[in-house]
Amino acid sequence: MNRIYTLILIGFLFVTCKPSQANLKAVQGKQIAVTDSLESNQMVIDYIAPYKKRIDDEMNAVLAYAPQSLSKSDGPYNTAIGNMMADTVLEYGDPVFFKKTGKHIDGVVLNHGGIRSVLRAGDVTMGSAYEIMPFENSIVVVEITSGDVRAMFEYLKTGKAHPISNMQLILNSENELASATLNGKAIEDGKTYFIATNDYLQQGGDGMVFFTNPKSTTILDYKMRSILIDHFTKQDTIAPIRDNRFIKE
Amino acid sequence: MERRKFLMQTGAATALLSTTPSFNLFAETRSTKKITILHTNDVHSHIEPFPVEDPSFSNQGGVARRLTLIQNIRNENPHTLLLDAGDIFQGTPYFNFYGGELEFKLMSMMGYDAATIGNHDFDNGVGGLAAQMPNAKFKLLSANYDFTNTIMEGLTKPYDIFIKDGIKIGVFGLGIQLDGLVTESLSKETKYLNPLEIAQDTTRVLKEEHKCDLIISLSHLGYDYKYDKISDRKLASQTKNIDLIIGGHTHTFLPKPEILKNIEGKDVLVNQVGWAGVNLGRIDFEFDMDGKKSNSATLIRV
Repeated sequence: MNRIYTLILIGFLFVTCKPSQANLKAVQGKQIAVTDSLESNQMVIDYIAPYKKRIDDEMNAVLAYAPQSLSKSDGPYNTAIGNMMADTVLEYGDPVFFKKTGKHIDGVVLNHGGIRSVLRAGDVTMGSAYEIMPFENSIVVVEITSGDVRAMFEYLKTGKAHPISNMQLILNSENELASATLNGKAIEDGKTYFIATNDYLQQGGDGMVFFTNPKSTTILDYKMRSILIDHFTKQDTIAPIRDNRFIKE
Repeated sequence: MERRKFLMQTGAATALLSTTPSFNLFAETRSTKKITILHTNDVHSHIEPFPVEDPSFSNQGGVARRLTLIQNIRNENPHTLLLDAGDIFQGTPYFNFYGGELEFKLMSMMGYDAATIGNHDFDNGVGGLAAQMPNAKFKLLSANYDFTNTIMEGLTKPYDIFIKDGIKIGVFGLGIQLDGLVTESLSKETKYLNPLEIAQDTTRVLKEEHKCDLIISLSHLGYDYKYDKISDRKLASQTKNIDLIIGGHTHTFLPKPEILKNIEGKDVLVNQVGWAGVNLGRIDFEFDMDGKKSNSATLIRV
């Protein structure tokens, strides 16, 4: 019985509902900055508090000191922060790779976009490592052909200071590669090379397709962020430099 | 054919409004209704304000302040819709520690009506996203991700219709191409469908079947690209029936919404408000309710 009444009611609504007669008359748009002139909602602050405490306890631990702020925008071809990231992958990743395979890493390629924050001058904390590398990406080592290494160099030459290590690229005035070496040597046809990168790029992220079909892949089970944390824990002062690993003549 | 007129400068609009009484379109009368759309994009787990020492966004943003702002606007106009254009996840330890739980709970607390899915919302996989869905009291909208055979199947809707003060507002979600952005180990069998075709189909349904008064695309396609890739600007100019595109992905700080012409020569607004919750976008739509098509121009003040 109730169901019938409902049906009748719905039918009645269909009949009586006239099509909307709203005509758009005016539109106004703006953006409003969220600043400290707005009072903080206490309910939100209280709700966040227990979540925040657990994070703060861990994140505020001071691991090292940085005399200067470091940004991925500090240079067109290589930057101090990018060099630090790629060099630490070589330094901390190679012993793990060697233990697994008896081989050594020839070079490292990461991506400029993967540096997610500046490293601010002052105390370097656990939180700094999370800001620079919030993603959970792990380091993988791919064994690729000389052809793929050359494709990698061609990709890097048009790039925007992607972090690299143990290789040197020199551009001529036409932005073509005047020289490209890996582990101090030119690339030899027919050889394969071991490049460390992260799992995102290995799967073709940022268009790095030369990593997607390797001869072999070794997963190090070592997160990029963990490498940074290990580096900050080991070093007292974090002061990497821009150098000549990728320059234009 | 409706004629529409734009006044790009608020100053010019204000001058006109003050000198021409008949042009005073914002006067409160019984025959007009006002809908307010509030929006964010790419908040990336920025629950707290940036630290004071941040070189770019010192002491900006923060959920607790955003809610105060939203409440102030709702007090002024209860007919308000609150939307987010994706990349809710990833960017602070809150995501690493809690997997997006707090982001979804706070959005529910703030009364978000709907959000779309950004590429970083896949960062803990479709499983990680599905695990947080019980914390979302808002709708997750995506018209061009097909989640068939994934754990997200059935947890999203292509579009939803909101009725505010009797005005029918159709909102649909569009996501960016997953190739090269989201690895298959995370997206599993999620299929990316052509956003242009999907937008055309969805807006036709919203306009013709549901008779929506206002159609909003909640997009994570990105504002604009120098190369051939679908973007909010291309979406605006190559479709019809969309009134507003709320964008994300490119972290674009638009000083004001951009007005573009759609395929029929009608106006489409495109907006995006940077990232990390440092801004809240606000678009007010005012409707005439007297039933007859007005001969006067629609006034867009941005």
